[in-house]
Order: sequence, then C-alpha cells, then structure tokens
Amino acid sequence: MAILIDDKKKVLVQGITGREGQARARLMLGYGTNVVAGCTPGKGGQEVLGVPVYDKVSEAVEAHDGIDVSVVLVPARFVKGAAVEAIEAGVKLLVLVPDRVPVWDAMAIAKAAKQHGAQFVGPNTLGVISAGKGVVGMIGGRAESAKAWFKPGNVGVISRSGGMSSSTAYYLGKAGIGTSTVCHIGGDSVLGVRIPDAALMFQDDADTDAIVLFGEIGGSMEEDLAALMRAGRVTKPVVAYIGGKAAKEGTRFSHAGAIIEGGKGTHEGKVKALTEAGATVVPSFGDLPEATKAVLG
Amino acid sequence: MARLHEYQAKALLREHGFETPAGRAVGTPAEAEAAARDIAGPVVVKIQAWTTGRKAMGGVVFCDTPEQTRDAAENLLAMRVGAFPVEMVLVEQQLDIALELFVSLAIDDAARAPVLLLGLSGGSGVEERAKQVHRLACDVEIGPDDAELSRVLAGSPIDASLNGELSRSVRAVFETAKAFEARSLEINPLVTTKDGRVLAADCRMTIDDYAVFRHPELGIDIARELDHPPTHLERVAYDAEQADHRGTFYFAQLNVASDPKEAQAPARAPQARDHPLVGFHGAGGGGSMMSMDAITHEGFTIANFTDTSGNPSAAKVYRAARIILEQPGLVGYFGSGSGVASQEQFWSAYGLAKAFWELELNIPALIRLGGNAEDRAVEILESSCKELPATVEGYRKDDTPKQIAARFAELVAQSKGGAWTPRTPTLPGFVGSDAAFSFPITGGRVWIDTQQWDGIAPIAAEFAPGLLEDKGGAPALAVGEEDVAGKDSELIACEVECRRAGVPGLFVQLDIPGLNAEGAR
Repeated sequence: MAILIDDKKKVLVQGITGREGQARARLMLGYGTNVVAGCTPGKGGQEVLGVPVYDKVSEAVEAHDGIDVSVVLVPARFVKGAAVEAIEAGVKLLVLVPDRVPVWDAMAIAKAAKQHGAQFVGPNTLGVISAGKGVVGMIGGRAESAKAWFKPGNVGVISRSGGMSSSTAYYLGKAGIGTSTVCHIGGDSVLGVRIPDAALMFQDDADTDAIVLFGEIGGSMEEDLAALMRAGRVTKPVVAYIGGKAAKEGTRFSHAGAIIEGGKGTHEGKVKALTEAGATVVPSFGDLPEATKAVLG
Repeated sequence: MARLHEYQAKALLREHGFETPAGRAVGTPAEAEAAARDIAGPVVVKIQAWTTGRKAMGGVVFCDTPEQTRDAAENLLAMRVGAFPVEMVLVEQQLDIALELFVSLAIDDAARAPVLLLGLSGGSGVEERAKQVHRLACDVEIGPDDAELSRVLAGSPIDASLNGELSRSVRAVFETAKAFEARSLEINPLVTTKDGRVLAADCRMTIDDYAVFRHPELGIDIARELDHPPTHLERVAYDAEQADHRGTFYFAQLNVASDPKEAQAPARAPQARDHPLVGFHGAGGGGSMMSMDAITHEGFTIANFTDTSGNPSAAKVYRAARIILEQPGLVGYFGSGSGVASQEQFWSAYGLAKAFWELELNIPALIRLGGNAEDRAVEILESSCKELPATVEGYRKDDTPKQIAARFAELVAQSKGGAWTPRTPTLPGFVGSDAAFSFPITGGRVWIDTQQWDGIAPIAAEFAPGLLEDKGGAPALAVGEEDVAGKDSELIACEVECRRAGVPGLFVQLDIPGLNAEGAR
C-alpha cells in the first residue's frame, strides 16, 4: 500500500516547463510515477517529455478526469498562488518542493487546504518516495539512483532533513531493511504534513511494520508524536535519532515563550518524551539500522 | 530571523494604532538631551540591543533631568552587548504604571496559524505574568475572533473601562505582525497607566527571513540571525547568495583567527584557542550538523558554517569555496553533507576544483561527495587537484563522516599544522588579452585562448554542447549572448575539463563583489 504516493495516483507538475520542473518530471517519469500532466500559465498546448501542459490546473483536472497529487516546482514567491489554485481546483494532495516560501504564505496555503479538505507536504521538501512504486518531488535526484538506493520493505521513514531522509533509507537498505515510504516532511517551521500526521498514516498502512524518524531540535513535532504513542494512537514501533545535540548552545527561545512552552523543543526534551512513550532513541545516526532490526524482530 | 530593534518595532505598532510612550531613538548624548527636553519630564533611557535582561546589565537608566539623560546616554552608547556595539538608545517618557501585562504573537506550528498569547493577570515579572496565559487562535487573514477576545478580556481582573483600548491594542499586534510578516511580536510588558492609557512599554519583533524581500522599507540588509554584527565575509556571501538563486548558499563565521584587524568578527571561544581552525563546507542542514560533530570530535574548531545544497550551480559552490578560503589560519578544508545527495555531485566537484586550482591550495581538503554521480565527482576533484601542493581527496556515500574526519586529522598532523594564508587567485595569461575570444555571462566573463582552440573545441562540444562553434578555425558563440549567460556551470565544467586534458585555454572569470575589497584582509 505505502502512503501518500504509489504507482497509480495521477500526478500533475506545476512549473513543468522550468529548469527544475523538467528535471524533476524526468526523475518521476523514469521511476514510474504516473505523471499525467504539467501546468505553466501561458505554455498550455506544449508538451514536456511527452506530458501535456495546461495553462490552468482546472484544465488538467478536467482533461484527466481528476488529479490526485500536484508537485509544485515554481519559484518560492509564486508557490502560494500555485498551491491555492491547485487546492481550489480540487487536488487533494500537494507536494511543495521550493525552499524559502514565506511563512505567512505557508499559513495561507494551510487555511485553503483545510477549507477544501486537502493536504500538503512541505514546503521545502525533497519529496516522498514509495520504493518500487512512485516518487514525487526530487528525492533520489535521478530515476536510476532512486531505484538503486531505495529498497522496498516494511519500514516507514519520516525525516525533517532532506539529505538525511535519503541517507536513512540508504543505510537501512544496506543493512537489508527496506522501506514502504520515505517522507521528507520539509525543513520549514509551518508544514502541511507534520511528524504526527505522517506517523498516523504509517499506523494505518498495512505495508508498514515500524517507523524510523530522523528528528531535529526545535518545535514540538517529536513531542506531539510521543503524545500520540502514549494515547495508543501510534502503536507500531518507533526508532528515532534526534539531530542537533551539539547545536543546542546557540539556539535561542524567546523569553516568555520558553517559560510557557516548558521543555519543548530541546534535544533532551525530545529524547525524553519519545523514550518515555516507548520509542527507541539511538544516540548515534549509525545505530539506526541495528535498532530497527531489533524492533522488527 | 531578522530582528528589529525596540524603537523600530514600536514605530510599526504605532502605525497600526498601538500607543507607545512619547520619545525617540537617538545616537548621540546631545540628541538624548534634546529628546528629554522635548518630553519635559522624567525619562527612561534604554539601549537598543538584541538581548534580554537589559535592566540587569545596566542598559536601562531612569533620569529626572535632560542633563542626567545626556550623561546616561553617553555611558550607554559606550556599551557593547556581546559582539554588538550599542549604536542607539531610546529616550522615552516615564510612565505611571498601574498594571504590567503582556501580549505576544507567535506562529503555532501545530495549528499552522498565528496564535496570540495574552498574559492578563497583572503580576510583576515575566514568570508571574506567564502564570495565567490565554491562547487566542488566529485566522491567518482575519486575526483573533472578536467575541473570544471580548470574553477573555471580560474574564480578566483588569478594569473593564480599558477593555475597548486593550482590544484595539491586541488587534494592532496581529495587524502589525501580518503587515510585516513577523515570525514573532512580543509586547512585554504591555502596561496600563493610572490615568487609564494602554501602552507598549517594551517590544520585540522578528521578521520572516523569507519575506524580507517584500519589505524593503524595513531596511534589513542581512536577513539572518547571527550572534555578532555581520562580518565582511558574511556580507559578501549574503550578496553572492542573493545574486544566484540556483540552490542554497549559507555562510556564517563561527570562529576566527586572532587578528586585531578582525575586531568586528566573532571572537574565538576561549576553550577553542588550542584547537585548529577548519574551513567547513557542508551540503544540507542535517548532514552538515552530523559532519561538524565528527570534525569537532577530532579536536578541531569550525571556522565557518557553510551549506551549498538544493542542486546548487557550480558557480555557487566555487564562490562558497573562495569565500571560505578568504579566512586566514585554516589548517584544512572539510566538506561533507548527508552523504546520499539527490543533487548531481559533479557540479560541486567542478566548483571546488576550480577554486582550489586558482588558489593553489596547500592545506588538506577532504570532500565527501556521496550521492548522485559520486564516482564521476570524486574522479574530477582528485584528478584535477593532483598537481596541487595540497592533498585533495573525495569520498563517497559509503564513507562515514567519522572515518573521513579521522583521515583529516592524520593529514593535518602530517602537514605539521601549516595554516592557510588567503591569496590572490591565479589568472591564466590570456585573460584580458586582446587576442583572446571573450564573452560575458551572468556574474562574470569567459575567456578562450584562440591559440589553443583546436584542443578546446571537442571538449567544449562534449561539456557545453551547443554553446560554442568553430568559425574558420576560431571560436564563436553558437547561440545568442542571453542564451549563454546562464550556462556558467557548463562553462566551468569545460574549464576544468580543458585543464585536465592539458589544454588550459578556457577560463571562466567569476565576480564575487566585495571579496577582495581594499582592507578586507
């Protein structure tokens, strides 16, 4: 089954005629993702890599009897417009790849998504890959690399770091552990699919037996996952590494906020919350494969 | 996050209807005296510095007369807060305070929306005020719900006659944050006075770095959180990043060599003095952090944090390397990211190879190029650097940062800790010559030695296909200048490949504005 992307979902690429759009469309097509359409205002009627291009998302939705996923590959300042257009056209899942999307734009996208019952991954995501089925975004870079690096299996990977999502899956694969889906949720502070959301999807996914998390300091997503585990809503084993232990010195919290939010956001706080909720938290990144093997039994 | 000073944020609040105490920010004792005269009453003088606890460090002084104000300002303007000299003080009317409250706007990552936090219990001190905090969810466009805000105010111990003004002030916080795309805006304390006014006594505001481009009126020149005033190199790097949006380039100096000329730069932490400096060049945040841990573990000090990732152009990686190598005292150059990069790693290899060649690198450089096309990347880097005095080694995804860091320590020990001295890059003789064929590209110029064109032509055809052609035995552009302008990566590949093939007749001269400015070294 896998989560978010498979080999059937109909995928649209917004910004397909641009440099990044074309490069990522080539990766997705080469991997076997069902890319059916592209969209760039003013370029309707063209073809890119054999994929028809439309001026508007609504035209692509109509021509292809619905679009399941839109991958947004336009410059950061245009992401809000592109995303809201896709949401209003009825697309229920968006993958927002660009870095540097303003946070108030991300919140406006979140509002539109909520109103229309849509979800989004990102912004600032490398994407999502369900090994052997499909990829959305740019994870893997090239189809042949993506095929070589990501082995199909029963572990769901959630990562806050783009590069480390690939590394995590690659080193798991080297240890003989395959993945159902690898999800880079994005590096920004306001994200559509957060760690707890992705964990709930893996909980419901029949192909996933364990969850591996690459977490980081800051924010409250790891603590929120711990709360879901304590509440019995995530019961599959969770193995986690939290990055940024050494970086804590320079991290600042606003004064009043630090008091109100208590210990949330620190490395110790995250490790403690997850450990107490029953997760295996490894001290070193290199320990992830062994610990994952252990929980899979 | 780009931070605003108290006086700057207060000016924005006033525009949206939140009252602030009478007064103004000044930069000299004489101006402070004049400001106090205009206020005509007791004043408070506050340093404008990005810090908490200004009172405890003596940065807040209460004065009764303009003369006292002048003297206080003179002392305060001589202060330093961390690495930042105090450049402005805010002179404000003293208030007859009845209650100290607080209101702050934050971004709630779980709600994916702004949230207002209201501390209305009226206690003194931050801890006391934080005891009873109301969270008021906001719609990103509309702000807080009026009825809910009224309910919260009605339930507070504050005199009900102030609720109208308080409500307007809370709304002003939201409107100000929205208008300038704040990441946080905190009024602490928000005070009520005995004569029934509501004012922002202090204010902290940060602007979303990614939105700074939409607010030139704020005059933020470098939208990054640093614990020191931006150094010369940080400004140069920031400008280079702004000029090329292909991929990400981040550069921050963490520690510098002891040098009196670098008084403005961050000082080395005392415990770091015995640990040699390393130029760090990462790729991706998560992997960079792990790699820095590995190199620090070997007893080195990181001079700078640099990240080029997200599919950067060869030119961007080249500029990053040049800027890193403008730091004196480095014992080596360490590059490492996640190790399994989606980006095509040979572009990074070309950028690094070019920079190392131009500078005739003589300190060890170890670069982990794991990821797409890693074999080609390693081969390009190692073979094009084999004539250099330095040992340059490339690594792949199956090499761990720990192993590479250990090898790095070994090489540094062998080189007996010889430290890097920044130098002027080598330019081939045909650059600038009338006999050379030359054309502009974005941020630079390409030079081709016509004498070597025979050897260059087939390499250009392979690595920069379609850009150059042969016209009667001489090089010519096969496309318009605007079509070649953005092909800097391909042309850098050509330059390095020509050198590898023994026909070093093509050179891409890239500008890095400000890098070699007078006095920069």
